[in-house]
Amino acid sequence: MNQSTIKLIDENGIRKDGRKLDELRPIKITVGVLSNADGSAYIEQGKNKILAAVYGPREVHPRHLALPDRALLRCRYHMAPFSVEERKPPAPSRRELELSKVIREALEPTIFLEQYPRTSIDLFVEVLQADGGTRCAGAIVASLALADAGIPMRDLVVACASGKVDGQIVLDLNDIEDKEGEADVPVAFAPNLNTITLLQMDGLLTIEEFEKALNLAIEGCRRIHALQREALKSKYVAVKEEAEVE
Amino acid sequence: MSSIMVSRIRQKQIAQLIASGNRLDGRGLTDYREIKMEPGIIEKAEGSALVYIGKTEVLTGVKIETGEPFSDRPNEGVLTVNSEFVPLASPEFEAGPPGEESIELARVVDRGIRESKAIELEKMCILPGKKVFVVFVDVYVLNHDGNLIDTAALAALAALLNTKMFNYEVKDDEVKILPGFTHLPVVNHPISVTFAEINGKLVVDPGLDEEEVMDARLTVTFEKNGKVCAMQKSGRGTFTNEQILEAVKIGQQKAEEIRKKVV
Repeated sequence: MNQSTIKLIDENGIRKDGRKLDELRPIKITVGVLSNADGSAYIEQGKNKILAAVYGPREVHPRHLALPDRALLRCRYHMAPFSVEERKPPAPSRRELELSKVIREALEPTIFLEQYPRTSIDLFVEVLQADGGTRCAGAIVASLALADAGIPMRDLVVACASGKVDGQIVLDLNDIEDKEGEADVPVAFAPNLNTITLLQMDGLLTIEEFEKALNLAIEGCRRIHALQREALKSKYVAVKEEAEVE
Repeated sequence: MSSIMVSRIRQKQIAQLIASGNRLDGRGLTDYREIKMEPGIIEKAEGSALVYIGKTEVLTGVKIETGEPFSDRPNEGVLTVNSEFVPLASPEFEAGPPGEESIELARVVDRGIRESKAIELEKMCILPGKKVFVVFVDVYVLNHDGNLIDTAALAALAALLNTKMFNYEVKDDEVKILPGFTHLPVVNHPISVTFAEINGKLVVDPGLDEEEVMDARLTVTFEKNGKVCAMQKSGRGTFTNEQILEAVKIGQQKAEEIRKKVV
């Protein structure tokens, strides 16, 4: 994070990409996009383009990792080498390993893993193009892919970041705002359970600013949740129409 | 690995105690175990510190070398934090490449130091774009009895505070090492405070038995002016909005208390 001289918000409170402080980037979500996967989903959020797929519940490999009382949830968050300005080597970086862990832990509380002991549920999040906030967008599609796979869940998980840019608390940071801004607070939220399943923060915030940022991120999550539900429903509307034509 | 059975019996016992405001080892819910620090115990390292929180023991060594700066920060020194879960520290640690817990720990410690701008990296440039000081912070876990993150963060800070850099002069793009040392420019002091959530209650500085039964964990790192500079939720459970705000408030006080011991 850098105290930069570039102005990211103009005097009218409008951000570089034309958004207001509490405005989300345009979001497009599609459920059921990969034929091999048990469940899948795709999101475009600003310039982010992210695919998620679920395989399972299936046999665990290697077998000794199987859990006697619940399914083993595994998650791999990965960025394509061409997804960022400077080529990212394809081997998983430490950042990707950390994000795999926090995304997995964001989803785990919502899944009835105890219904599938001795199996694994494998979740793959591939970032095809990154523009800031990929862990949140990744969690959104990962949760939808699980739902698409028909895995019983307590709730969907929806995620959104807030942060501080040019001294102001803003919603849904894009790449420049994330890099040049003063703080970034990614949050994942289960809206029906009303509970926070992922929370990270870097930058500098007073306690008051943090509280404001957290509440704004949750507000963003609630708005994205509506889009998420819509995307999930529309897949089945399409299926129904197909069936009627036949 | 403890068996699920034992874990459930313990979970019940620990949770019942916590519900009544008590803990197995007699601490209050927001009490730390005893914190001890031994700075400078590795003479060959440019900086070092051994820190105990209760029986948890973390040794951090700092090595200073020179290297190339990042292309987007040509005038700044480089900070790298690594952590090793040494197999002698716990029956659960195995030799081999770092696991995700170890990577997470190093990254949370790194975030605290980086985001609070604890080290003045701009003062660590030797030849702009070509040569800068590289600070290697290596966190070595020697005994695991819970709350590795706070212990490691404290050991890293204590080690940085006694780190020395060699003196040098630049002549015709050549770096000549001079006798004597200067202190690493450490200008902020990030302190992390970790909470475990056990059956809906928050406890500070979880011990290993508490970590085995906790639902989720939250680390909040504060810089010297009381601002939050890093946060990390981990574990399979969740937090409510209110719990997080409560943790941030308690954490700020705790961080102040601990900071007095280090600085």
